[in-house]
Amino acid sequence: MYDFAYHKPKSMADALAALKKAADGKLLAGGMTLIPTLKQRLAQPSDVIDLAAIGELRGIKVDGNGVTVGAMTKHAEVAASADVAKAIPALAKLAANIGDGQVRNRGTIGGSLANSDPAADYPAAVLGLGATITTNERTIAADDFFKGLFETALKEGEIITSVTFPKPAKAAYMKFPNPASRYAMVGVFVAQTSSGPRVAVTGAGPCAFRVKAMEDALAKNWSADAVAGIKVPANGLNGDIHGSPEYRAHLVTVMAKRAVAAAG
Amino acid sequence: MTMSVSMTVNGKTVSGNVEARTLLVQFLREHLGLTGTHVGCDTSQCGACVVHVDGISVKSCTLLAVQAEGAKVTTIEGLAKSAEELHPMQEAFRENHGLQCGFCTPGMVMSAIDLVKRHNYQLDEETVRHGLEGNLCRCTGYHNIVKSIIAGAAAMKAAGV
Amino acid sequence: MGNVARIGERVRRTEDRRFLTGAGRYVDDLQLARCTYAYFLRSPHAHARIRSIDTSKAAAAPGVVAVFTGKDVADAKVGGLICGWVVKDKHGEPHKAPGHPAIALDTVRYVGDTVAMVIADTAAQARDAAEQIEVDYEVLPAVIDPAAAVAASAVQVHADVPGNLSYDWELGDKAAVDAAFARAAHITKLDLVNNRLVPNAMEPRAAAAEYDRGTGTYTLYTTSQNPHVTRLVLSAFVLGIPEHKLRVVAPDVGGGFGSKIFIYADETLVLWAAGKTGRAIKWTAERSESFMTDAHGRDHVTHAELALDKDGKFLALKVDTIANMGAYLSTFATAVPTYLYGTLLAGQYTTPAIHCNVRAVFTHTAPVDAYRGAGRPEATYLLETIVSKAAREMNIDPAELRKRNFIAAGAFPYQTPVALTYDSGNYTPILDQAMKLADYAGASERKAAAKAKGKLRGIGISSYIEACGLAPSAVVGSLGAGVGQWESAQLRFNPTGNLQILTGSHSHGQSHETTFAQIVSDKLGIPLDQIEVVHGDTAQVPFGMGSYGSRSLAVGGSAIMKAADKIIAKGKKIAAHLMEAAEADIVFENGAFKVTGTDKNVPLGQAVFSAYVPHNYPLDKLEPGMDENAFYDPSNFTYPSGTQICEVEVDPDTGGVEIVNFVAVDDFGNVVNPMIVEGQVHGGIAQGVGQALLEYTVYDKESGQLLSGSYMDYTMPRADNLPSFNLGYQVTPCPHNPLGVKGCGEAGAIAAPAAVMNAVRDALAQVGAQDRIEMPATPQRVWQAIHAH
Repeated sequence: MYDFAYHKPKSMADALAALKKAADGKLLAGGMTLIPTLKQRLAQPSDVIDLAAIGELRGIKVDGNGVTVGAMTKHAEVAASADVAKAIPALAKLAANIGDGQVRNRGTIGGSLANSDPAADYPAAVLGLGATITTNERTIAADDFFKGLFETALKEGEIITSVTFPKPAKAAYMKFPNPASRYAMVGVFVAQTSSGPRVAVTGAGPCAFRVKAMEDALAKNWSADAVAGIKVPANGLNGDIHGSPEYRAHLVTVMAKRAVAAAG
Repeated sequence: MTMSVSMTVNGKTVSGNVEARTLLVQFLREHLGLTGTHVGCDTSQCGACVVHVDGISVKSCTLLAVQAEGAKVTTIEGLAKSAEELHPMQEAFRENHGLQCGFCTPGMVMSAIDLVKRHNYQLDEETVRHGLEGNLCRCTGYHNIVKSIIAGAAAMKAAGV
Repeated sequence: MGNVARIGERVRRTEDRRFLTGAGRYVDDLQLARCTYAYFLRSPHAHARIRSIDTSKAAAAPGVVAVFTGKDVADAKVGGLICGWVVKDKHGEPHKAPGHPAIALDTVRYVGDTVAMVIADTAAQARDAAEQIEVDYEVLPAVIDPAAAVAASAVQVHADVPGNLSYDWELGDKAAVDAAFARAAHITKLDLVNNRLVPNAMEPRAAAAEYDRGTGTYTLYTTSQNPHVTRLVLSAFVLGIPEHKLRVVAPDVGGGFGSKIFIYADETLVLWAAGKTGRAIKWTAERSESFMTDAHGRDHVTHAELALDKDGKFLALKVDTIANMGAYLSTFATAVPTYLYGTLLAGQYTTPAIHCNVRAVFTHTAPVDAYRGAGRPEATYLLETIVSKAAREMNIDPAELRKRNFIAAGAFPYQTPVALTYDSGNYTPILDQAMKLADYAGASERKAAAKAKGKLRGIGISSYIEACGLAPSAVVGSLGAGVGQWESAQLRFNPTGNLQILTGSHSHGQSHETTFAQIVSDKLGIPLDQIEVVHGDTAQVPFGMGSYGSRSLAVGGSAIMKAADKIIAKGKKIAAHLMEAAEADIVFENGAFKVTGTDKNVPLGQAVFSAYVPHNYPLDKLEPGMDENAFYDPSNFTYPSGTQICEVEVDPDTGGVEIVNFVAVDDFGNVVNPMIVEGQVHGGIAQGVGQALLEYTVYDKESGQLLSGSYMDYTMPRADNLPSFNLGYQVTPCPHNPLGVKGCGEAGAIAAPAAVMNAVRDALAQVGAQDRIEMPATPQRVWQAIHAH
């Protein structure tokens, strides 16, 4: 790791000021991606701004409309929240299976989304539930948030403060992990929402994406059979030693089928 | 950037001057001489470095020392009540041959204790195997580690720890 | 005082307390005075010519003590790394062993090859400085695939090794094999890949060295399975430091599995540079360095054919293997695909004629050497795969086919057609017990039930033989080994009656501190807590060959038994003197010397005290002191055997394979500590399952980049990949060592790949995909096998 200046602001205003002042500042949330990246010397920020002391970024609020999760809320907290488990059980279950136990104890929803790792789990839930991402500047609809490989709609100097998930009629997430890293090789989140069915895929492409053909089929007939025959094109999907684009495309259908069945 | 850092480690207040880039595991091993916490990989996966920070298990290779400013840290050296009396989980590993070369062991024990508490002392084999996703062992095939943790959970409950 | 431990008891380990409380001392834990840190700059290319290296910026960077390149090492006349086993090819010519400089001089030959060494006050400074080194590479084409390396047009790895061939070796009677094939009723043919593995001991390799200017003595702390061998090689061949001026210490070592047998460039350079700079130096590999530079395991491509008569009796086996050596010959690399492989191809069977041909080839990949099992897993995987394939083709139950061909219990000692003489064994009861534990009879019913819910179930058998307990020195010497294979022991009593066992074996997880103490406690009647086992330090232990090849108990334990016999013999003389009895009338029982037929006795402790305080002592006939040395050179290998049965369930939608049951029944001869032996079997099985289903070492075929270079891409077995294992034992004691023991350390890893893969193939046979799958049977590969048309 290259050395850097470390800051631990106590307020959003201080964090934004530190970020603005830094030549090449990086925000540190849970650090589950940033610190390994720094250790491998793949990044050399001048300043690291730790958001851990900003109390307003933490916490879970559940009301009749849905669940709002503060950006610095840890995966383990979402997984263990009885309120989340009651409102959106699929979300709690997803959080309970991110990474490993120690990753869940440190990793945060804001960090995960801002990083937009193609194999992260949360993007599937955000897109699958049609969540809203709130930043210090604005709110961003899930459909507008994920732009590409490690690329989001966030602008420079913009910090995620919370994410609001509307409560679906039913939902489920199914993941087929990469055997080595245990990240999602393919993860599919399906939800019956107020605006109709949503099917969001992570792991398979450069960033999370929706499968309209499956959503249309589910709108007509909410059943595993409805999606069983729908294949996403392999072209453009990720490929590595553990899964070719063709294999991933196939798994999207299998995981979608299983998610619909699990959602009931 | 050199910074001063202070925290409570195994019940004692400690402090030191470190570069900002110093990892918690480096601070523990190199500054405090607590070499029971090990480093087995560079991608945050093997779990040999697991310690408790404010009572929860974390990988000390994926945390800056300065992030733990003011925290209460427990390492493998801080578990046993005395030289004679091991923590029930340590004792369970000994009793069930849950370790061979000993390198992954500190992380395994620290993860195990957190797992037991997280599941309110009720653990079955599947829960333990899933709960060890972040800890690699190359010697035991996990068989006796799983046995140790299930036995250790019962012993922790009985001992009220 | 504690209790006397008995052989056969599940004694809890004496080493555990320190490991469980964080008080273990591994190399990286050591704090040397004024220590500096080394960082090795590694080649990013599989094959390149180094046009130039500029280290001037690095040398001037903060904290830097020294920077060394290949030229510095060559100028200092540092010898190259050696291969200590010379295999003669089929024409009697020695293998080709190209030069292996510790730092590449003008050409790099694999990703990770050492290019420069930086020493600085902190590890971070050393790495910071290494980034300032400017290397001008001319990137050259690389050859990665072992089968491609033997092609006439292949890129040459070494100019002085034409055709990339280190040797072309054969074993067995080719004419007899050809004759048997000519009259076979059935021939089963098989093409097989034995996948390359990365050992992945959880403690990365490390070295720390210091030089004492006053005495001219070097000390090297290193993660070694055999510190004396390391000292011998570094002294005699590489650095020329006189053996008596070099101390090598292998303190607590966090697993080895073969990878810490070898003498690598890293510890060689750390030791050399400590002398050169006059500073203590420490180096610890990062895991990604381990992936690139630890000697890998396996990596064979094989074609084999088995000839059978109409009743399924094996008539002959022929095997043609290409073995990947990597870019250079590692310390014992040449022995692995020859004498530890070809000699095992009889397995548990009476196959009368066997011929094996092995071509060992160089490629632009990390060197390959012994990894848990070393050659024997490759032989077993091949043999047990072809046997199960033959059973399927001939429509004979695979258990039945094995039984028809087993060597009979009464046939031992049994001379195989591939050089080994099996000393003991009884294979049918092992298979029967395994079948019972696995409910083999109910397998087809379970298969049908799984099919009804859309899953493919399969069951697989693997009956292995192992030759371990390396080894009779005269035998290995005649086959090309550069060292003897005995072991030493010293039993050193202190005047107060407690005892140190100094052993040349090294424990890096195998529990010697308990097992060795247990056998001495049993033999001499001394409480366990009065015994200390000392190992891993050339300054303390007389000499030792170290631990590998499942040899510690069979060879090292036997040496301890011999030393204990000497203690008893001397004690008898002392006791006879003290009791004024004839030595011939003295017997040793329960820790005391007794005069037969009387109640007079002298406890061992009293005899020891007399030996150290010889006021009433036969000094005219006997030296004082109680300290006995023994060396033991075995008369044969030991031959553990066993059968594993694995049952899997395949999800045809995803290709995922779940192990639903795993049974292992072993014959390790007598067992000293069943708890420890079971632990060895568990760990071995996990590594075998890892090879079969998970561990996939991939170099890019063009660029030679290691694509599986971290735990993000290399699939290590985790707790949820494995079931709990179901173990059983049969015992036929080894007839030629004093404990009657056979090695147990590698058996699990030797047998498991075939058990798992035979189960996978049995499952896939339901959809005709059984011949389309290789190890590791990853979900993607299983899915592709099912859906390939």
